[in-house]
Amino acid sequence: MQPFTKLTAIAAPLLRINIDTDAIIPSKEMKSVGKHGLSAGMFAHWRYNDPGNRVENPEFVLNEEPYRRAGILLTGRNFGCGSSREHAVWAMREWGFRVIVAPSFGAIFRGNCVRNGILPVVLKDNVIKSLSAEVQANPHINRITLDLPKQILISAGGISYNFDIAPADKEMLVEGLDPIGITLKRDEDILAFTRADRVRRPWVYL
Amino acid sequence: MPRTLVDKLWDEHTVADLGDGATLLYIDRIFLHERTGSVSLKGLAEAGRKVLHPEQVFCTMDHIVDTFPGRGDETVMPSGKDFIVTTRKAAIGAGINLFDIGDERQGIVHVVSAEQGITLPGFTQVCPDSHTCTLGAVGALAWGIGSTEGEHALATKTLVANKPKAMRVKFDGILPYGVTSKDMVLFLIGKYTAAGGSGHAIEFTGQGITALPQESRFTLCNMAVEFSAFTGLIPPDDTTFNYLMGRPYAPRNEAWDAALAYWGTLKSDSSAVFDAEISIDCANIAPLISWGTSPGHAVAIDGTVPDPETAADDDEKAAWARALEYMDLLPGDKLEGLSIDAAFIGSCTNSRLSDLREVAKVVKGRHVAEGIKAIVVPGSSQVKKLAEDEGIDGVLIKAGFEWRESGCSMCFFAGGEHFGERERVISSTNRNFENRQGPKTRTHLASPTTVAASALAGKIADVRKLGSDS
Repeated sequence: MQPFTKLTAIAAPLLRINIDTDAIIPSKEMKSVGKHGLSAGMFAHWRYNDPGNRVENPEFVLNEEPYRRAGILLTGRNFGCGSSREHAVWAMREWGFRVIVAPSFGAIFRGNCVRNGILPVVLKDNVIKSLSAEVQANPHINRITLDLPKQILISAGGISYNFDIAPADKEMLVEGLDPIGITLKRDEDILAFTRADRVRRPWVYL
Repeated sequence: MPRTLVDKLWDEHTVADLGDGATLLYIDRIFLHERTGSVSLKGLAEAGRKVLHPEQVFCTMDHIVDTFPGRGDETVMPSGKDFIVTTRKAAIGAGINLFDIGDERQGIVHVVSAEQGITLPGFTQVCPDSHTCTLGAVGALAWGIGSTEGEHALATKTLVANKPKAMRVKFDGILPYGVTSKDMVLFLIGKYTAAGGSGHAIEFTGQGITALPQESRFTLCNMAVEFSAFTGLIPPDDTTFNYLMGRPYAPRNEAWDAALAYWGTLKSDSSAVFDAEISIDCANIAPLISWGTSPGHAVAIDGTVPDPETAADDDEKAAWARALEYMDLLPGDKLEGLSIDAAFIGSCTNSRLSDLREVAKVVKGRHVAEGIKAIVVPGSSQVKKLAEDEGIDGVLIKAGFEWRESGCSMCFFAGGEHFGERERVISSTNRNFENRQGPKTRTHLASPTTVAASALAGKIADVRKLGSDS
């Protein structure tokens, strides 16, 4: 996975709350077994007046310039709630998002983000609203910068906001790591656990 | 140091402390299904990795399969067959336990895992499906993950996880007549909002919980994720042990005795401290019905649609206004008496034998209202068979319901069968999101008996007002 360190990009505001993963990628858009080809279905019911024929809704923010080229989404609380479908993250990543800024995230969605090179940033709602206002004043020029190693988001006007992120998640994003490879290095620990566990709870082991 | 049940399960499954709040946890059971499991197995194979301990991994076909009698690999959903065939091939190749179409063990993943005795008290279990929390009802630590984490669990038998905070939700008192565990959880989410449990694992306790039969407990835990909780669980008790005894994958004889002794320890210490506590009096709960596009948008059956002006903040006000427009409702509208187009009984929330028995009691000798499409999808092939043994299918069909093969069915619209544009559907499922059951379909969530009563009336109805059981 491509490492994520610093990014400056156009930010698109979509300030609704409780945006669920069905909205991000409708079930009907999950047409194939793979992880690709999903970006056209992203937010299908909002981007298109007719999802079947892909007739764009000109009033949806991601169809407007320059937000069509946004790399950052500014949004409301509980973003990505609902279904665990990782396709929601794959669609957003493929479309071009690398950062999502929200007051809170659906837990499974958040975990899926860090495993796919999308940085989930938690900031207070009033901060996000002020970032949105600034961006909307001149979206082509007023871009937002992320510095993940320093854990700061810098607004177009140059104001820095610190954000928290679990160290393991940060490492995964910054290094572009392969989590399975890392865990397999601990095979001794896993073996030791199962050896003791088979005695304690034999009914686990079918 | 006093520990909660979640603390104990976390400690007992810790393979390594990774520092900075992260733990490497051992995962006892992994369950896959054809919609997201295929991707996990495919990803694993592409990376040249194998499934570790395939005997502890299970897979069912539930999300994409049709539910018409005689269904097979061909699906109404275009490309559905790809998912089914790919999953089958990958599952067989990996040597995992597959409950394929036609297998008597096939069914909805979170119904099957419990009825087969695959999920046991004290287990950690994951599945690439958000309603995995359902299985917390047997006192397991079970939660939903994405397909990539699924790969990690398959390849290593572990997951890296951060322990959630602990919330205790206590239901006191006795549930009134006509009120079910579905209403209990809709009440909780309605009162404390869809984000109320965020960051927490919820332990459900109290007289209102211990009085619930086992199947009703699954319904309650199923919707913990709609409360944004990490998971929900109920400490196992005799009700749980009686439910599990003799099930195919449950231990037998001496192993059962040993397991039982261990399971008896699975409760929070009496002086354990929770990060948050909620107390609800069951006497205050009536049959509920959702009015909007979030499971938190729910009121009592005799209630009215709220006014966005009364919402907690501007964002919620905007969300309510949007929901009302989508649902074609106005503030102050009564829900009872609202005409419906269709009724759906099924899903991992409410499709078990006890749900179907209760529905049969409501509809026996009566008939679905004219013009109403009414469908019942049993939660598993086992449930279907047992229901048929009891004649439940006959009662439902005579009453005008369609009786289907098991699967997730019309809980959501994946390109296969769905409800029509702008149709108003009352549903025993768990999500009323925009467009979920069909294009612009309007979903009202309720208990299966409320759905049944409404199907009979052709409008949203209060099951308590029907005559007594025949």
